[in-house]
Amino acid sequence: MSEDSFQGYKGDALKVLKDYNVRVWGQVDIETNRGSFTGTILPRSESDDDFHLVLKIPTGYNVGIDVHTIISMTETGYKKANYKIPEKEFPYTEGLPNVKLFGTGGTIASRLDYRTGAVIPAFTPGELYGAVPELADICNLTTEKLFAVFSENMGPEQYKKLAISIGKEIENGIDGIVIGHGTDTLHHTAAALTYMIKNPPVPIVMVGSQRSSDRPSSDAALNLMHANYTAAHGHIAEVMVCMFGPTSDDYALLHRGTRVRKMHSSYRSTFRTLGDIPLAKATKKGVKPLKNNFNPRRNDNNVEILPYFEEKVSIVYYYPNMQPDIIDSLVENGYKGIVIAGTGLGHVNKPLYPAIERAAKKGVHIYMTVQTLWGYVHMFVYDTGRDLMAKGIVPAENMLPEVAYIKLGWALGQSNDPEEVKNIMLTPINDDITDREPYNGYLVYQGGLDEVEEFIQKVRK
Amino acid sequence: MKSKSYPLENYRKTKMEIGYVPRKESTQKTYDRIGFMSGLEVHQQLDTDKKLFCRCPAGIYQKADDYDAEIIRHMRPTLSELGEYDGTALMEFKTRKNITYRLKNITACTYDVDDTPPFSVNLDALEIALEISLLKKLNIVVEVHITRKQYLDGSIPTGFQRTAIIGVEGEISLTNKKIRLIQLSLEEDSCREVSDIGHNRIYRTDRLGMPLIETVTYPDMVNPDEVAEACQFIRFLNRSTGKVKTGIGSARQDVNVSCRGGTRVEIKGVSHIKWIPELTHNEAFRQWSLLHIREKLLKKVKNPGQWKMNYMELDGNNLHFNKKVSDDFKEKGYKFYAVNLPRFKGILSHFTQPGKVFADEISERLKVIACIEQPNMTHSEASEPLIDDKSMAYVKNTMNTKTDDGVVIFWGPDDDIETALETIEERCQWAFEGVPNETRKSFSDGTTIFERVLPGADRMYPDTDSPPIPLKDEYIEKLRKRLPDEAINAYRQMKKWDIPEDTYTYILRNNIYPVLKKIVENLKYEPKFVGTLFGHKMKYIEKKYNRSINFQYDHIYNLLENIKKRKLEKEIIFKMLPVVYEDPEKDFESILSSINYKEISEKELAENLAFLQKQYENIGYSNNNGARSNWLMGQLRFIAIGNFPLTKLKEMVK
Repeated sequence: MSEDSFQGYKGDALKVLKDYNVRVWGQVDIETNRGSFTGTILPRSESDDDFHLVLKIPTGYNVGIDVHTIISMTETGYKKANYKIPEKEFPYTEGLPNVKLFGTGGTIASRLDYRTGAVIPAFTPGELYGAVPELADICNLTTEKLFAVFSENMGPEQYKKLAISIGKEIENGIDGIVIGHGTDTLHHTAAALTYMIKNPPVPIVMVGSQRSSDRPSSDAALNLMHANYTAAHGHIAEVMVCMFGPTSDDYALLHRGTRVRKMHSSYRSTFRTLGDIPLAKATKKGVKPLKNNFNPRRNDNNVEILPYFEEKVSIVYYYPNMQPDIIDSLVENGYKGIVIAGTGLGHVNKPLYPAIERAAKKGVHIYMTVQTLWGYVHMFVYDTGRDLMAKGIVPAENMLPEVAYIKLGWALGQSNDPEEVKNIMLTPINDDITDREPYNGYLVYQGGLDEVEEFIQKVRK
Repeated sequence: MKSKSYPLENYRKTKMEIGYVPRKESTQKTYDRIGFMSGLEVHQQLDTDKKLFCRCPAGIYQKADDYDAEIIRHMRPTLSELGEYDGTALMEFKTRKNITYRLKNITACTYDVDDTPPFSVNLDALEIALEISLLKKLNIVVEVHITRKQYLDGSIPTGFQRTAIIGVEGEISLTNKKIRLIQLSLEEDSCREVSDIGHNRIYRTDRLGMPLIETVTYPDMVNPDEVAEACQFIRFLNRSTGKVKTGIGSARQDVNVSCRGGTRVEIKGVSHIKWIPELTHNEAFRQWSLLHIREKLLKKVKNPGQWKMNYMELDGNNLHFNKKVSDDFKEKGYKFYAVNLPRFKGILSHFTQPGKVFADEISERLKVIACIEQPNMTHSEASEPLIDDKSMAYVKNTMNTKTDDGVVIFWGPDDDIETALETIEERCQWAFEGVPNETRKSFSDGTTIFERVLPGADRMYPDTDSPPIPLKDEYIEKLRKRLPDEAINAYRQMKKWDIPEDTYTYILRNNIYPVLKKIVENLKYEPKFVGTLFGHKMKYIEKKYNRSINFQYDHIYNLLENIKKRKLEKEIIFKMLPVVYEDPEKDFESILSSINYKEISEKELAENLAFLQKQYENIGYSNNNGARSNWLMGQLRFIAIGNFPLTKLKEMVK
């Protein structure tokens, strides 16, 4: 028997399986000192202990059996599960726009993995069509799996490869791009793509899901429909994040890749536009802009790809009593750029000043953002702010800290000249910095207030 | 005229043919003849402070129209762990329901609406489930695995129920036999349905997530009364721990029934044990009827694989409805369809359940699967047709219906027609095979209607959000040592004590046996007196008076203890019961004074008696000795009670 016959089992459990000549997916009768059990041996998660067997009993339930309680065990049959979404060829419909779906991994396209006990990516047009046949009414879809990584493992290398692949598709005349992505760092990738893909003629829509597609209540199907509609028929040619507006199965919000952030660890409607209102609202049948200063769809295939990124950039989240050696150690380790998420209007404590001065003298580019996430850096209001600017910190207006981090990496990938970098950083791209903040942007639903409760009761959220 | 009476005649005739016997006249022989077989899935809510997988309070309920917010969701089928789609899942997807949840802040959090992964399982609930599993002699699993059981009806917002097996292969004892148990699982309760109309279903989330155990028996019961008895005993056993909820809806059961040659059909959510006998009886006979229908059809149709229905759209203007409903259909823009069912004459009006015929099976499925509200059809053998004879003749003519055929005419929104046609064809094809696998909803009259296709083991999926929970031997042994008396032991002991049997249900249902035993053993009251004190007097008081939230059956123990100490006669407790029931905090002396108890010597009583006897002679209407002593008893009872045994008073007034 190959090692594959014992997926995930180790130690005592593995020994017992071998002793009794029983395989994973083997149908067994087990006699234990807690009574007898029958069922199918399932693979076990590698991170679980090494003395339990996982058994699927005839009613479909799983139970664990301690191998030390086993008196005897016989394999009576074998039936390996064939976990496969029914694959059907994605139909081509004359007249529908062509959309390319890039897979990067993440929850939107996933299935169970016994080895880790979690969900792993799985993704072909056929599978997608099998699971969400409605997509065929929206567009003609082709897919390409670029990577199979969880979103936390996405980085500069992937950003560049993605940008270049998208550029090629645009040159070949695609009508819209959809990118399936894990949600944790989706907004980082969205910012990176916004900078790396200059002036695209078609929508580039990033989408993920907060509930894996192996769950009946998953948001994946609806998110895919919204994203594909936006990519195929929408008239906004920008990098956007398309995710649930409310937690209800209702509509999606389209967020600019430079103003969006994941704001809840598990909610469906986790993505929010900060410092502004969302770009647009999308349903299965339409895209309705909420802002009117967007980049419209064009008929040409022209696009400029700027796949640059300096990896020695860091983000420092300031906290009271932060010690200067934090900054020093970054400089010593060769970091070229630092984005600080400061308190209030953009502050750090006095003991950091000398370290900041030392860093600036060594040519490190330092930008200030606010950890309040909403609002602008205002370094003229207090003396402390003026001091910091004098020491070389550049205020980054109302750029979000994560966006500033991505932009600085991108800028330093192109130049090391302080003025040039500053020019790139402070020239607004897709509203990463805005001139003004609309009064209705800052709306945090504060439950418990009469007016909010009344609103929530009336509107399905 | 003749045609109109045909449906009823056929109903009666087929009812006779299958040998339907009302339950009251049935004997074991009746059930052996049709091969009655039944098993149970008994659900019981556990009494914990919090829900099973989140920290919301358990057991707070909201009214249907009282909510703080609504959210809307849809369910899609997904693959099972073994790579299969579940039958029910696909059917539910066909129904395309918009599911609305009504949330109340106090009872629902982001977990309940599937916006937060589960927290660790409630350990109090797990412990209660383990105790009950031990009581049922189940083999306790060594490692608990949380599993997802798909429910696409929306009753759980995740689309699955988190559930875990605690024990397998156990047994419980009934009075005369043992019933084997398949398993006991710990699971989260589902939402309560508010309404389900057309494509919109509404739920409230208050009950969602409450800890629940499900006890599943083998199909060991061979007659309807035995099913009820087994259910009663499982309930007693659950309650004997004193750690389960007891209010309305806290215990519910699904009953599985089949007859010989039939299929396991699950009657869902039976909330009263007293309904079980009638329901199981009728279900067994419904299956028996369906098998009879199959025989009839197979005689007429040699090659059932080739059997096909045909259909066509009708012009609604040619249909004249006997009832007002017709205007409504036209307003809604409904389409009208006729379906010709070759060789189905005599089948549509064939008996299935008391008052129901085969055509009802089709109509119920149109409602559930195609989401077309009833009335959604009429047919050629309706005892009260919804269209007039002329319309039916028009339909039969256009469909070229032969004399041996049956015709169904249905209507509904355009979008639902395709599903409706599939549904009709599927049900009629099943008629050639016998009894479809399904779950059914029960009614108090003992009949059932189609609810959904019976789900199988394919809807199970491991819960990737929860780690397995190991159960150590020492822990299980510790629990084993403190188990309460099993219901059957209590039952046998009460029998031995000669306590009347009509009190058992009340005593076991309310878990009074431990108190009763304590009273008999410690205070040495006569068991028969204690049994009837609870099973008759207490039961009566419960109906008549308002129970204080502080009242416990232990208060009665204290009362009897004080009565003994004060050397009062035991009957005084009858007068004290209502007082304690409404105000258990009252001290013994205050209770005595509130019932106007006065100490009285035998001499004083005798004097009183002499006086009253004289008075009776003055006012006495009857010289009948019985009337006289009754009157005297009535006058003296209230002063004698507690001081003398009432039997002694009886002697005196004679």
